[in-house]
Amino acid sequence: MSLLTVDELTVTFGGRGRKDVRAVNGVSFSVDQGQIVGLVGESGCGKSVTSLALMGLLPSKGVTLGGRAELDGTDLLSLRPSKMRDLRGREMAMIFQDPLSSLNPVIPIGVQVTEILQRHRGMKGEAARKEAAHLLDRVGIPDPDRRLKEFPHQLSGGMRQRALIAMAVACAPRLLIADEPTTALDVTIQAQILDLLKELVDQEGTALLMITHDLGVVAGLCDQVNVLYAGKVVESAGRRELFAHPTHPYTHGLLGSIPRLDAPRGEPLHPIRGSINDQIAWADGCAFAPRCDRYEMECLTGTPELTEPRAAGHRARCANPVLATTEVPA
Amino acid sequence: MSLLELDGVKVHFPVRKGLLFNRTVGHVYAVDGISLKVEAGQTYGLVGESGCGKTTLGRAVLRLVDVTDGSVVLDGTDVAKLPEKELRTFRRRLQMVFQDPLGSLNPRQNIESILSEGMAAHGIGADQDERRERIRDILAKVGLPSNALSRYPHEFSGGQRQRIGIARALVLEPDLIICDEPVSALDVSIQAQVINLLEELQESMGLTYLVIAHDLAVVRHISDVIGVMYLGSLVEEAPSDALYEEPLHPYTRALMSAVPVPDPEVEDRRERILLHGDLPSPANPPSGCRFHTRCPWAQPKCAEERPELTDAGGGHKVACHFTGEIKAGTLRRAGEPEPSAAPEPSAPAKTVPPQAPAPEAETPEAEASEGSSGEGKPGAKAPGAKASGEK
Amino acid sequence: MSLVSTTSKIDRLAQLTAGTETSSGASLWREAMRRLRRSKPALIGGVVIAAFVLLAVIGPWIAPYSPTDQTWRGEVFSNRGEFVGARAENWFGLDHLGRDVFSRMLVGARQTLLVGVVSMLIGLLVGAVIGLVSGAAATLGGRFGQRIDDLVMRVTDILLALPSLLLAVSVAAVMGQSLTTVMIAVGVVQIPVFARLLRGSMLAQGGSDYVLAARSLGIRKRRIVVTQILPNSLSPVIVQATLSLATAIIEAAALSYLGLGNPDPSVPEWGVMLSQAERFFDNEPMMSMYPAVAIIITALGFTLLGEAMREALDPKLRG
Repeated sequence: MSLLTVDELTVTFGGRGRKDVRAVNGVSFSVDQGQIVGLVGESGCGKSVTSLALMGLLPSKGVTLGGRAELDGTDLLSLRPSKMRDLRGREMAMIFQDPLSSLNPVIPIGVQVTEILQRHRGMKGEAARKEAAHLLDRVGIPDPDRRLKEFPHQLSGGMRQRALIAMAVACAPRLLIADEPTTALDVTIQAQILDLLKELVDQEGTALLMITHDLGVVAGLCDQVNVLYAGKVVESAGRRELFAHPTHPYTHGLLGSIPRLDAPRGEPLHPIRGSINDQIAWADGCAFAPRCDRYEMECLTGTPELTEPRAAGHRARCANPVLATTEVPA
Repeated sequence: MSLLELDGVKVHFPVRKGLLFNRTVGHVYAVDGISLKVEAGQTYGLVGESGCGKTTLGRAVLRLVDVTDGSVVLDGTDVAKLPEKELRTFRRRLQMVFQDPLGSLNPRQNIESILSEGMAAHGIGADQDERRERIRDILAKVGLPSNALSRYPHEFSGGQRQRIGIARALVLEPDLIICDEPVSALDVSIQAQVINLLEELQESMGLTYLVIAHDLAVVRHISDVIGVMYLGSLVEEAPSDALYEEPLHPYTRALMSAVPVPDPEVEDRRERILLHGDLPSPANPPSGCRFHTRCPWAQPKCAEERPELTDAGGGHKVACHFTGEIKAGTLRRAGEPEPSAAPEPSAPAKTVPPQAPAPEAETPEAEASEGSSGEGKPGAKAPGAKASGEK
Repeated sequence: MSLVSTTSKIDRLAQLTAGTETSSGASLWREAMRRLRRSKPALIGGVVIAAFVLLAVIGPWIAPYSPTDQTWRGEVFSNRGEFVGARAENWFGLDHLGRDVFSRMLVGARQTLLVGVVSMLIGLLVGAVIGLVSGAAATLGGRFGQRIDDLVMRVTDILLALPSLLLAVSVAAVMGQSLTTVMIAVGVVQIPVFARLLRGSMLAQGGSDYVLAARSLGIRKRRIVVTQILPNSLSPVIVQATLSLATAIIEAAALSYLGLGNPDPSVPEWGVMLSQAERFFDNEPMMSMYPAVAIIITALGFTLLGEAMREALDPKLRG
């Protein structure tokens, strides 16, 4: 059985006289022990909201959750807040995009790390401090004893992200959720952090749910990739299969949009037309249809189902999928 | 003659302290001696990580910041020394496209007002009708509907806003357009639209771009010549293809190996050169070669002498003392497994900071066994050579 | 066949996407107004203020009695502690000189509003000019401009450092006791607040990308200040002006209470009424209540509207 199973998760924001907005519209995926699973999509696709919903970090007011999300049999969506707090940090932990605003600016790094150790592992005093220093060392922060006394602003962006990772792995959680952990960082620092994450997964057997907009990061890191569009998974496959044979026109279009460092120069990009604002409701058809060059009449009548048009385990939500490998996105 | 020539451009920001009497206590060496040429009709890509001074350099070309030293010559006129009065009218010839499409548009002006303001300032177009005609023309060129005129910036999507920003630059028919991170604030699918638009416009209107970006893949895609910046100076400059084929500077190599490629085959094969530590402060740059504190190939000489940007052949310029040795493989990277013979440590502790790995000595054995297998190049599989990992 | 299916699928797509277009061509000011209309605090504040302004206009006509005639002088003996409270004839009772309090309240609204508005305007106009000069000099004036800005700001800092009431008392002391004195005194106190606010807002806007863009377009500095920086810096000033009306009314009342208010007994004013009634608080507390509650409600109305405007004008809450 999978460690994390998410089934038809929906998140709806509403209330206060505003029109309801369904940010996540039936997302299903699973994460196995020791696996790195990617949730990929552009802004507004619902990837971050999904992660917040799993962590129980969405406000209770004005948000309606639907579907199922289970961490090793525990239902995450109906868990009481106090139970959720116990689970967070010990069983599952999150790494955020902006390391500076995720750390408390007026408290030394050391206190922030030992706090977690005290809360979840019952460690005290010198033992906790030693373990904190060990954790910082573990994530590659040089001179950990000195760093423990420093404040977040005294650390560089990469170091802050490392400290945050140290806090996340402090209790050896079974699931790590990383929401755009390297987006705010420079590429050379990004490479360091990705390396560290990969190493942690390899050595500790932690499962990692990687949320990102960067297909390049996914290509090097994830075992299984889920592509999100307008709050739904539109394609899901193993990483090699997905990148070799992008089947959904959106995935296909995304890969055609990215300038590749190793592509011959002068080759034009194949962007997806329009913007995320050009959308139709999933109930009426495929939300991507207005931007799609391959849409047919049946794309506009009812929600398309996830099928396996190409290979077993490679699912795509499309009535007219891209199947020929030679097909160039128009 | 080149359209734009920078010669020894320096931009130093004074660091002031004091309550009543501001004393200058130091300088931030944002741009520290940059010379480059941009040819008409071409695209010069300036790439570097945050804090390398690329944005400041772009602003210095427009003289939005004052140039401390050096000259910025556009078509025979030194912008850096232009009197304030002439500068205002001269600015028509230099336009800028900004990173943040929303932040760079006045939220209280509609599109027509945003686009006609520059024309009014420079007396382009006899009356409002003529200007409107021209604006419609430009809007069509950048792919915006003409009913956009009466709308406000917040009513557009990110990609459309960036098109407005491009249109604003285009209406003045500038000689040079400086694009400061033109796509980094946009979604991937929108990025490609804007990149294609910039390329189409260049082709149809013969535009010259200076593109400033942190994304090497984007820069390589649109540039003819690429300059790599590190801590205020150029470390390498080469035609786009030459730079990709054979990056000579250690920093460029590291940068290239760190750019993720959306292809698992490539990602699994390639060798990463992980840099240690972080960018030093531009207020207190390291001695000698600015990169020596993080360079896996650093030698004692690197901490003492600052390398000049010199031509390594074919317009490929690089600022490194050991280009030849690194290329030939005679100089080995710190942390790289030695095929034979124990390394002979020769680290001068006082010039190389502790976080930098101790540089290893050149060993003739290494040369014999490894030769120039082209390792360090992205995509090239170097057997046995694993990433110089973290502790 | 394929042509038919193509056009029909395009029609279907157009039909599904129709209605999702949201462009309205509305400026930020209009959007803010739209949000303001939907806000409940703004509605309450607006109603209170409208009622207050209406009273100020028609008060003298609807007042049942003369506000100054001591018609019921024979029924009130303040030295003996004998007062007349609310009754059918006089809804709010009589004051210590036997005048109808209800009529005095109605007529006094105009004076109170006048003091509030005029003193706010003094603060706003003078403060905005100082702030504008300072802000413009600081953002676009180069090294010389920063000197000007430094100088102007140090002077306003000194003004700001003085306790506001003390400053008002000093102005009143120099200029003598009159209605104008009250308005100037209360207004002067507001000057540094507005100046600081506008300058700070302009500095923040001056560093934004669109100002940089305007500079790189080659637009004249004066024009950049007027068309780019100023319109985007006004929101906090507008909010402050609304909030200032509330404080101005209270400050004016406070000055009247200290005996520095309008000495003319023929013109009732809520602050003066409060200060006079306070002497008889032990015997007739209700007499102080009417003006006090009226001042509080009015001030609250302006505060509510001001806060609602702050929210409506906040660009972060756009949408």
